[in-house]
Amino acid sequence: MPGSWWSSLFADMSPTSFFNLSFLPKYGSMFIQGVEFTLLLAVVSVLLAVIPALVLALMRLSKNRVIKGIAGAYIAVFRSTPLLVQLSIVFFGIFGSFNPRITLFGFLTLDTFIPCAVALALNSSAYVAEIFRAGIQAVDGGQTEAARSLGMTSWQAMRLVVLPQAIKNVLPALANEIVTMVKESSICMTLGIMDLMFAAKTTAGATWITLGPYTLAAAIYFAINYPASKVIEAIERRMRRGDKR
Amino acid sequence: MATNDKLIQVVDLKKHYNKGAIKALDGVTVDINRGDVMVVVGPSGSGKSTFLRSLNVLEEPTDGQIIFDGVDITKKTYTDENGKQQKLNINLHRQRMGMVFQHFNLFPHKTIMENMILAPMQVKGMKKAEATEKAQHLLERVGLGDRGAAYPLQLSGGQKQRVAIVRALMMEPDVMLFDEPTSALDPEMVGEVLEVMKELARGGMTMVVVTHEMGFAREVGNRVLFMDEGKLMEEGTPDEVFNHPQCERLKDFLAKVL
Ligand SMILES: Nc1ncnc2c1ncn2[C@@H]1O[C@H](COP(=O)(O)OP(=O)(O)O)[C@@H](O)[C@H]1O
Ligand SMILES: [Mg+2]
Repeated sequence: MPGSWWSSLFADMSPTSFFNLSFLPKYGSMFIQGVEFTLLLAVVSVLLAVIPALVLALMRLSKNRVIKGIAGAYIAVFRSTPLLVQLSIVFFGIFGSFNPRITLFGFLTLDTFIPCAVALALNSSAYVAEIFRAGIQAVDGGQTEAARSLGMTSWQAMRLVVLPQAIKNVLPALANEIVTMVKESSICMTLGIMDLMFAAKTTAGATWITLGPYTLAAAIYFAINYPASKVIEAIERRMRRGDKR
Repeated sequence: MATNDKLIQVVDLKKHYNKGAIKALDGVTVDINRGDVMVVVGPSGSGKSTFLRSLNVLEEPTDGQIIFDGVDITKKTYTDENGKQQKLNINLHRQRMGMVFQHFNLFPHKTIMENMILAPMQVKGMKKAEATEKAQHLLERVGLGDRGAAYPLQLSGGQKQRVAIVRALMMEPDVMLFDEPTSALDPEMVGEVLEVMKELARGGMTMVVVTHEMGFAREVGNRVLFMDEGKLMEEGTPDEVFNHPQCERLKDFLAKVL
């Protein structure tokens, strides 16, 4: 019978042992699906956040006080309230009122994945906006002046001269935001999305093995994020060296 | 080549920072005529850059007028030939004033050729083939005909500044503004940039040049302005200003730089 050698391996471990992984044969596939959902959620929500974040960043840099204020307020609200609260408001407030059972690509259902991705994106856009703003401000002011002195409009100068240089500055920070989202998205478990954290909690509930599933989840989160952030750091160092050429 | 045909009239130009605590420009009045090569000198912080940057309204003046070819470009509107109020599009006027910066300000993410053709294509709607041909011609004139595919990073300072000059010329400006174009260059590269500027002057280009190169001022300048503390202190021919200074400030300044 499959899994029997597993059972013997963990036979004398208590359910609260850190390393009791006897649930794996039965629940392993759930963890695999969980990892997929977690990664998908993180990548999708950051990608969704990019355009709103860019708009927010440009608004923040606007000379118009009202426009600047609106973006500032948005960023302040989303950075100063818990993600779980934001998630609940989006889920019950926006998506609660209309809930057609639409399924995209056969597995992305409107009742969990999309509200979660939207909530995470709304939250992330506040952070990414500040990343963009810093990236834009890091571009030498002489670039805008040169562009304007050639007769370009402020939008042409931004689009053709400043933004292409700013994008390069912000790519590492954007990748880091995905790493952050891999962790933060675990909060979506509360809405029943079948991510990695959901797999851990479900397994713990079903098997009464209370610690092992969480240890495994922690190990997987770590195994994704630690190497990823190391790679990003290395790329960042290389880019900085490239700039000094 | 100097004329009495007024191209830019600067009237009581003021630029204040920090609510008037800093008077970068404190009432400058001067006419720039077509064909003038006007050299602006003065100690550091005297307002030379602010003056130059105000001419094309990169810096919005606090007060005063800049009448460029008959239109006050510091205002939001102007009156056209038919006496109608029109909205002033500053970008149209800026195209006609080329500007060259101390630190070149080439676009580092674009090749030399792309630097040259970007504004003509985007701003003037010039066709790529036409812009490229024109750019190639200008690059050849400054001895850089073979560097079109290079990136600014691959060029020396002197080469970058020569590109910056012809990039501005691509827009066929009526006047060229130079803000210390040779100050960031290694000494051996100053000559090649001044040579391009001299040729431009010989060709009749109207130029306003902030520089510490007194040799250049004497050789090609027809007027010299001396600025101090945001004011135009003295104005005259190179001979008048350099050999017969009137005010004490100018005498002090010349004693230091000559
Ligand atoms: N953005 C600014 N904010 C405050 N003060 C400024 C600013 N730009 C220039 N100034 C001040 O205005 C004065 C003139 O500066 P500038 O025109 O750069 O002088 P110059 O080019 O002759 O060295 C200086 O005292 C400078 O500190
Ligand atoms: Mg200066």
